[in-house]
Amino acid sequence: MTVEMLIPLLAATVQSGTPILYATLGAIFNEKSGVLNLGVEGVMIIGALAGFVAAQATGNPALAFLLAGLAGTAAVAIHGIVCLWFRGNQVVSGLALTILGVGFANYLGTSLVGQSAPGFSKMPIPLLSDIPAIGPIFFNHDPLVYLTYLIPPCMWLFLNFTRFGLGLRAAGEYPAAATAAGLNVQGYRWVGILVGGFFMGLGGAYLSLAYTHLWTNNLTGGRGWIAVALVIFAFWRPGRAVFGAYLFGGIMALQLRMQAQGTAVPSSLLLMLPYALTILVLVFSSWRRGVSDAPAALGTNVEPAD
Amino acid sequence: MIRLRIIKRQEPLGWRSCLVLFSAIALSLFLSGILLWLRGTPPIEGIVSLFSGGFGSRWAIEDSLLKAIPIFLCSLGVAIAFRLQIWNIGAEGQFALGAIGATWMALSFPEQPAWVILPLMIIMAMIFGGMWGVVPAVLRQKLQTNEIIVTLMMNYIAILLLDYLVFGVWKDPTSFGFPMTPTFSDAAIVGKIASTSIHWGLVHCVILGVLVWAFFRFTKTGFELKASGDSVRAARYAGLPYNWLVVLVMAMSGALAGWAGFLESSATIHRLQPSIMVGYGYTAIVVAWLARLNPLSIGIAAFLLAGLRVGVESMQLDLQVPADFGGIMEGLILLSVLAGGLFTNYRLKWEKKHDS
Repeated sequence: MTVEMLIPLLAATVQSGTPILYATLGAIFNEKSGVLNLGVEGVMIIGALAGFVAAQATGNPALAFLLAGLAGTAAVAIHGIVCLWFRGNQVVSGLALTILGVGFANYLGTSLVGQSAPGFSKMPIPLLSDIPAIGPIFFNHDPLVYLTYLIPPCMWLFLNFTRFGLGLRAAGEYPAAATAAGLNVQGYRWVGILVGGFFMGLGGAYLSLAYTHLWTNNLTGGRGWIAVALVIFAFWRPGRAVFGAYLFGGIMALQLRMQAQGTAVPSSLLLMLPYALTILVLVFSSWRRGVSDAPAALGTNVEPAD
Repeated sequence: MIRLRIIKRQEPLGWRSCLVLFSAIALSLFLSGILLWLRGTPPIEGIVSLFSGGFGSRWAIEDSLLKAIPIFLCSLGVAIAFRLQIWNIGAEGQFALGAIGATWMALSFPEQPAWVILPLMIIMAMIFGGMWGVVPAVLRQKLQTNEIIVTLMMNYIAILLLDYLVFGVWKDPTSFGFPMTPTFSDAAIVGKIASTSIHWGLVHCVILGVLVWAFFRFTKTGFELKASGDSVRAARYAGLPYNWLVVLVMAMSGALAGWAGFLESSATIHRLQPSIMVGYGYTAIVVAWLARLNPLSIGIAAFLLAGLRVGVESMQLDLQVPADFGGIMEGLILLSVLAGGLFTNYRLKWEKKHDS
């Protein structure tokens, strides 16, 4: 492989990693508060549909992107109602949210298949995009990609250095102690999942507004589940999520490129790559890990005091 | 100031938990009605069409029973794993592998009589499905990987493997380019019961359901499984072979889903083609949870959710509602029932609060 082929491949890596990155960051924020969310796939696809419909209706991609985030928040609120208010099982609620979300998006989206919507296009950053190699790889994209360069450090700062971020993490690590200290654990958990859902919605909208500009059923194609796996791979840290998302972006870009160039490998075997890689990544991350990095109370509901 | 307090119930709710279940299902029907109305479909007509389409005629009930067969077997499988608190989300993939294993036998031995080929197909379907369940179990026990994600990713891989086979090596040269294998020989097809459209797989379901129930009720391993499911830590402490039990339940789980794959390929479509994958494995999760993992209730819930699938098809014909509406309803039912669990497990009490 020559340099002329490598640079476009790496640029495509960044682009196809971006939706997964949004979703992974959302899931990390969500799970830091102690609520497990297996509904990422469902929330993402609702975001994708909402963004697409909003872009068609308003003609304004930026507004549509924002609305998609809010749609993600609304979808994930169902999970909040079931798990936080009604103390339902978080694993099953997340699965149900995915079934519901995918069904809902296909139900409303079937009539949109093949239609297009105004979306984002490339906007090279002056000067930065002229740097050799780095420029074309990182600074010749749509604005939504640039946004993901800012979110991980902000999220890291927020979770580790603000009062609110520490409260949110306490709700995920030691809910009983946090309650004893006078923190409103359920409140922090609500913020955790709603903000998390916002980012998952954005990840879905990236697919319909920037990645394809077209609606197809099952647009997310398992990316939400890959995000769930990447949260574990990233040890619940925003910085490592970037690395994980680009790893998957790379494999997806490579697989598309190989299909386009017409290799002898059948396409169904190429399409298996990201899913097989997810399993490998999980094996790798559990092998590397000494103690569990998951928030200690992840998946357990707050029992009412009596 | 009056506030609501939630207090853990000391005694089980008893018969009133049925009331909670029915209220939850009624709520999900109501919400589905609203969704229909928002899209401009008359909601009452929609729900009526759904029920009469799923259960309203002999033909509808037979069709619902036919669809209940694979759902029941997959659900029985995932319920066994769920009992041990192993989250097997992989029935879909294990089903696909079962169909692949059965098809491999049917295509390899087209000349054999039924009493040879059918057992071969069943055994291979169980081995293939079971193997697809054992891999995530071993990864979980050896490397602490998350079985939810591994089983799910293996679903995607299984479906792509099925595509690879029917688009490639197993494709029928006379199919005019359609991705499908040749039709099985008559001996490799499970027939229909008397003058109905229902195949003998229904009887397989009854036998396997009783066997699973008896396994938990009467065998030592079954007892150990029940004990481990209640408390993993206590099971380890009592010296139960927990690692082995995890592998065992996943093998059983996968084998049952594999059996369902065998029946779908052999009795329903008589060959292998991509349309065999319609998400029974995911519906099975909903069914197992609704039925609280009890084999008899799984039978009832499988029939009801199969009826929902058939009913949605009739809504599609009558009122042009997209078939994906079934997924929405499944999700809504599951979420309502989960939320209803609050009333089963806790007591609500309004009380006066003096401070603040």
